[in-house]
Amino acid sequence: MDYTPHTEAEIQEMLRRVGAESLEDLFRHLPEEILNPEIALPEPLPEWAVLEELGRLAERNRPARKAFLGGGIRSHHAPPVVQALASRGEFLTAYTPYQPEVSQGVLQATFEYQTMIAELTGLEVANASMYDGATALAEGVLLALRETGRMSVLISHGVHPEYRAVLKAYLEAVGAELKVLPLEGGRTPSFPVPEGVGAVVGQNPNYLGALEDLAPLAEAAHRAGALFVAVADPLSLGVLKPPGAYGADIAVGDGQSLGLPMGFGGPHFGYLATKKAFVRQLPGRLVSETVDAEGKRGFILTLQAREQYIRRAKAKSNITTNAQLTALMGAMYLAALGPEGLREVALRGVALAHRLHDLLLEVPGVEPFTPKPFFNEFALRLPKAPGAVREALAARGLHAATPVPEEYGENLALFAATELHQEEDLLALREALKEVLA
Amino acid sequence: MSYPLIFERSRKGRRGLKLVKEAPRAEDLIPKAFLREAPPRLPEVDELTLVRHYTGLSRRQVGVDTTFYPLGSCTMKYNPKLHEEAARLFADLHPYQDPKTAQGALALMWELGEYLKALTGMDAITLQPAAGAHGELTGILVIRAYHEDRGEGKARRLVLVPDSAHGSNPATASMAGYQVREVPSGPDGEVDLEALKRELGPHVAAIMLTNPNTLGLFERRILEISRLAKEAGAQLYYDGANLNAILGWARPGDMGFDVVHLNLHKTFTVPHGGGGPGSGPLGVKAHLAPYLPVPLVAKGEEGYYLDFDRPKSIGRVKSFYGNFLALVRAWAYIRTLGLPGLKRAAALAVLNARYLKELLKEKGYRIPYDGPCMHEFVAQPPAGFRALDLAKGLLELGFHPPTVYFPLIIKEALMVEPTETESKETSRPSPRPWWSFWRSPRSGWKTPPTPPRCAAWTSLGLTSAPSSPTLTRVRARSRPGPGPRPGRSGP
Repeated sequence: MDYTPHTEAEIQEMLRRVGAESLEDLFRHLPEEILNPEIALPEPLPEWAVLEELGRLAERNRPARKAFLGGGIRSHHAPPVVQALASRGEFLTAYTPYQPEVSQGVLQATFEYQTMIAELTGLEVANASMYDGATALAEGVLLALRETGRMSVLISHGVHPEYRAVLKAYLEAVGAELKVLPLEGGRTPSFPVPEGVGAVVGQNPNYLGALEDLAPLAEAAHRAGALFVAVADPLSLGVLKPPGAYGADIAVGDGQSLGLPMGFGGPHFGYLATKKAFVRQLPGRLVSETVDAEGKRGFILTLQAREQYIRRAKAKSNITTNAQLTALMGAMYLAALGPEGLREVALRGVALAHRLHDLLLEVPGVEPFTPKPFFNEFALRLPKAPGAVREALAARGLHAATPVPEEYGENLALFAATELHQEEDLLALREALKEVLA
Repeated sequence: MSYPLIFERSRKGRRGLKLVKEAPRAEDLIPKAFLREAPPRLPEVDELTLVRHYTGLSRRQVGVDTTFYPLGSCTMKYNPKLHEEAARLFADLHPYQDPKTAQGALALMWELGEYLKALTGMDAITLQPAAGAHGELTGILVIRAYHEDRGEGKARRLVLVPDSAHGSNPATASMAGYQVREVPSGPDGEVDLEALKRELGPHVAAIMLTNPNTLGLFERRILEISRLAKEAGAQLYYDGANLNAILGWARPGDMGFDVVHLNLHKTFTVPHGGGGPGSGPLGVKAHLAPYLPVPLVAKGEEGYYLDFDRPKSIGRVKSFYGNFLALVRAWAYIRTLGLPGLKRAAALAVLNARYLKELLKEKGYRIPYDGPCMHEFVAQPPAGFRALDLAKGLLELGFHPPTVYFPLIIKEALMVEPTETESKETSRPSPRPWWSFWRSPRSGWKTPPTPPRCAAWTSLGLTSAPSSPTLTRVRARSRPGPGPRPGRSGP
């Protein structure tokens, strides 16, 4: 099975037409010493057997639906209506919408996505998507450095450690400097930003789940002539003050919380929003509204001179493939829930997380770590190594206690709650944790 | 009629999905200073309206599922439905769950890595990059770390790319802090060896090549090129965008490449999704393995684990472990085809391209570099016609046109990649072949014989880049009125 339609007779006829005797003949001009290497691959399988093999692999996983694991990815409801619409072959099997005449579907849906992200973040424009939250942060910071012409970045320790790691790799590439601002009491302190810093980065809710007032840091950034970059979970923006309202020039985040399957970490999408003034520095694709020859509204890719296929070495970024379909799924989710539905999902998580916090503190040896108020996840200090606790809980059928890197402190673990949890789930976790820590 | 925006279908107070029985009050949970003052103005629609909106949009969009899509370099082949079901089996895994409870996922990643190493002739692989260009960036960072480790980082500041290269190659090199120089193509469309020799030296960090190149031609002097690169101490980078042409028949590793990225969304049938998400694994030879991003999937005595203990690693290029659900699809593809199927797919991709090239030549198209093409070829329309004329004619018919005006070294270029999943009659449909529709361009567009009007849109200001484009429908909070009005509000 190789999904090709050719009959043997057609192959022979086509070979004759191109002056070849066999399929092997088509490769005859390649150097002989590299042709037909020995390659060890498993034998081909019929479709049902591939599914069986995959089923065998899947059985070796314990699905994490209703997990209490935090760390930026959470178990949320993935609405079937979104799954169904995103599975439409026209969306699923299209390429980048370079030909607007036959790509109005993706273009308009992307324009709507850009509008929703701008609305959520309180900023004016958003691009068509980035790979994930971490690369959106790296590209957002590079944008700020291009705009300010500076090569130094200050980032709060409250930003997700994996995001900081990705940013570090991207900044080392261009030779920019990265300094980390330590937390005080689980939050980013107000700090005078030194001269020469081009971008200051904070996250709200931060990696440990705490709500942060980032306005003073944004102000300090602006006083030093730097741009302020906010990392924000889009679900939280259903209720929290948008980054644009506390002085962010650029907002980034990961879209998984908008009902995307966790998928062992991907694909999700990253959003990147900013002010109109910086639009020419934006990386990646942008869709704009226009009219066609008959006066009908339509949508096209715009400001393409920023992009690699036009500008080559002078492009703002090398990004080409982004995360279009998952971004559209995020937009579909936002449209399916509306402002009220989004608010309800966000607040239900907050309420349950606080309830869970109280319950888990009843377990002997467990200490609070993330200060209140927090959002839908929080860190606790456990009396044992968090990796071992996570393993012991998993053995009891519960996924919880994401180990926090030691740079934040010893024996810390993240717990999260979402709209999928009920009171009895929280109680079950408390009892299991009691057993594990006894 | 313009198709309404989702915001224009919105009615205040209308509800779609309700996922929570009773929501608490925000003020009871969160201090007011942290709360937004007004709810975000998202659409308020019921579920059926949502379904009709997006179904309608999908009908204003073509994909491989609806039409021939011979977009050169993009490999728009069939994306098997089996893979969508496969991905669903792994949807509910959390990246931070105990690895002992994700052994199946880790095993799949490890196995896929082994398959891809075998197919490319590489020694080590990372599955972390999210796309081809992301794999390129990772690869160039790995090369940079290698040179720096050997004390040659300061000396080697230049990356060479052929003038026919994908735009992402030079963009990647400059993103990684390198200077870029383009090497001209020779008269046969392949890399000009003499020009390459002149540029090579101890200042060159890497050469980035696509093979077959963007003209669809296999670089026949590749062994000579890799020998020259090795002598000069430069690393040879393989852009995997065109690997589908030779998969199973020849391997970048055997050609002398040190690094190769793969586009799982091209060669291995992961759907393109209107522009992503993709997946861009990166394979390297042993001398570059220490620099790959963390974590790598490893196999130990007690099962599979994530190896973070790699002191020379460039760090991370993406959160978590890559676009995992794309990896599941690629795994399913390789297990379905096996080596014989993969080789047959590559051979039929080449056969389809050569066959179509012959048909076009017969109709007066010109082939500027008429060597033995692989999975794609670059043609020019007959004298007096423009590439855009053919593109527009095809759009009128509801086909997706080939890539036009690329590679940049050819005027009026039409870059055609039929792929192996298209049948012979796609190339020569009856009663009239698609490639002759532009025959009388001056009068022809308006009157092709009963053209199915699949194009949702007629003609566009493709070249009129607006000075301040309308990028969203976000309105100022202060503006009174019922909401966004249909119609044009931008430039």
